[in-house]
Amino acid sequence: MNPRNVGEIEDADGIGEVGNPVCGDMMTFYIKVDEDGRLSDVKFKTFGCGAAIAVSSMVSEMAKGKTMDEVLKISRDDVAGQLGGLPKNKMHCSNLGADALHKAIEDYRSKNKEKESQHG
Amino acid sequence: MPEVYLDHYAASPVLPQVIEAMLPYYSERFGNPSSLHGWGDAARKAIEESRQKVASLIGASPEEIIFTSGGTEANNTAVKGIAWAAKKKGNHVVVSAVEHFSVLHAARTLEKWGLEVTEVDVDEYGVVHPDKISEAIRPDTVLVSVMTANGEVGTLQPVKEIAEVAREKKIPFHSDAVAAAGHIPLDVKDLGVDALSLSSDMFYGPKGVGALWVRGGLRMMPLLDGGVQEGGRRGGTENVAGIVGMGRAAELAAGEMEERSGRLSSMRDALIEKLPAAIPRLQLTGHPARRLPWNASFVVEFIEGEGMLLFLNQKGVAVSSGSACTSRALKGSHVLSACGIPAEIAQGSLLFSFGPDNGPGDVDYVVEVLPPIVERLRQMSPLYDKFQKAGGWLG
Repeated sequence: MNPRNVGEIEDADGIGEVGNPVCGDMMTFYIKVDEDGRLSDVKFKTFGCGAAIAVSSMVSEMAKGKTMDEVLKISRDDVAGQLGGLPKNKMHCSNLGADALHKAIEDYRSKNKEKESQHG
Repeated sequence: MPEVYLDHYAASPVLPQVIEAMLPYYSERFGNPSSLHGWGDAARKAIEESRQKVASLIGASPEEIIFTSGGTEANNTAVKGIAWAAKKKGNHVVVSAVEHFSVLHAARTLEKWGLEVTEVDVDEYGVVHPDKISEAIRPDTVLVSVMTANGEVGTLQPVKEIAEVAREKKIPFHSDAVAAAGHIPLDVKDLGVDALSLSSDMFYGPKGVGALWVRGGLRMMPLLDGGVQEGGRRGGTENVAGIVGMGRAAELAAGEMEERSGRLSSMRDALIEKLPAAIPRLQLTGHPARRLPWNASFVVEFIEGEGMLLFLNQKGVAVSSGSACTSRALKGSHVLSACGIPAEIAQGSLLFSFGPDNGPGDVDYVVEVLPPIVERLRQMSPLYDKFQKAGGWLG
């Protein structure tokens, strides 16, 4: 197990947090967005099982360098597919990964409504 | 790489003497104990000798022992069989909130059958207080079931005192002794219980064999209808080899109990002393003093159990956890929850269970490899992040 991109971004452009520790999984994603609307950096923190950690790592790798719209299209199945499949009872972890990333983008967009309309 | 197996609550190697005792009953002495010929006689003799050995382990009479397919069947038989036989007297059953699922879920089935069940709460150490049992008992109560010891958090229950309460109100008292039998001295007369469950694999006999002791005269419906094996109380051709194995394991357990529990508890105590010193915000679960010799269970804050298990496995260490992710049902431990441990802390549960193949070196190895694992997972954790930002420090 060697997760990539663990950490946080001090001056993140967007932050997305999903899940809750009561049910055993929690992920926080941090993103940096450049002038072209691409994710120049992605970092995360995860409280959860091995599948949750793997998913977070995979999602962060998949998202780097992509535009926000491309990232929003990343689905739970894409994530599970990239990992080579997940056991059925761990599929919810892949939901969490994609959701956290999408939330980070929403956060960025709500903070930057004007900037967004320039890029489309 | 070292192989450090610390998951004996899940499974243990069967002792070589036990395997040796069992093997002939698969090959030469393969007879059915109910057959009326020499082959049958040999098998019959073997299971009756085992019955005597298991009875001796708990101070019981052999004719009051029923062999089963394990602890789960013993618990199901006791809970369903005793309650159902007493249907005309009443329809209420009292259990503790920390019982094994084979008791709790059997009780839920009783509810589907129209009975009422009260689950009695425990304190922060998982101890069931006799007064709480007394309060829960009603005029229509027909059974009390409280375990002898809890295998998850290690707590020993005040069985004698609870038995007194039940006896005073003339209610049958069943105790699931699966986690305790073979490790601590048990005498059914001294304890005052009316039924007791055992499982062979917990004292290094084969899996898939157990026993239920029921005080003579206590009415109980069979769980398995069929032939009249086990005095008509449990149908089905006996697992002769398994029963022989259980008997041999019981005999060895009785003879070596003091020595074994001494060894196990000293390793347990070493881990309990060293681990919290090496890892801050790690806490022991269960009763600090009155606990099983083989159990050292903890919760580690800010991180999750399965993550720890995976990294420990990479280092050759096998342990278990009560976290939601490590359960097939994705539900966290009901025992930790009953002890009042907050859900997110319960997720960081680690269950170390010692066995005959462990040594003090195993404790030192765990104390060496676990702290960096915990640190790594904490660095990944948003909870730890929040804790640090709020000014917390693990100095």
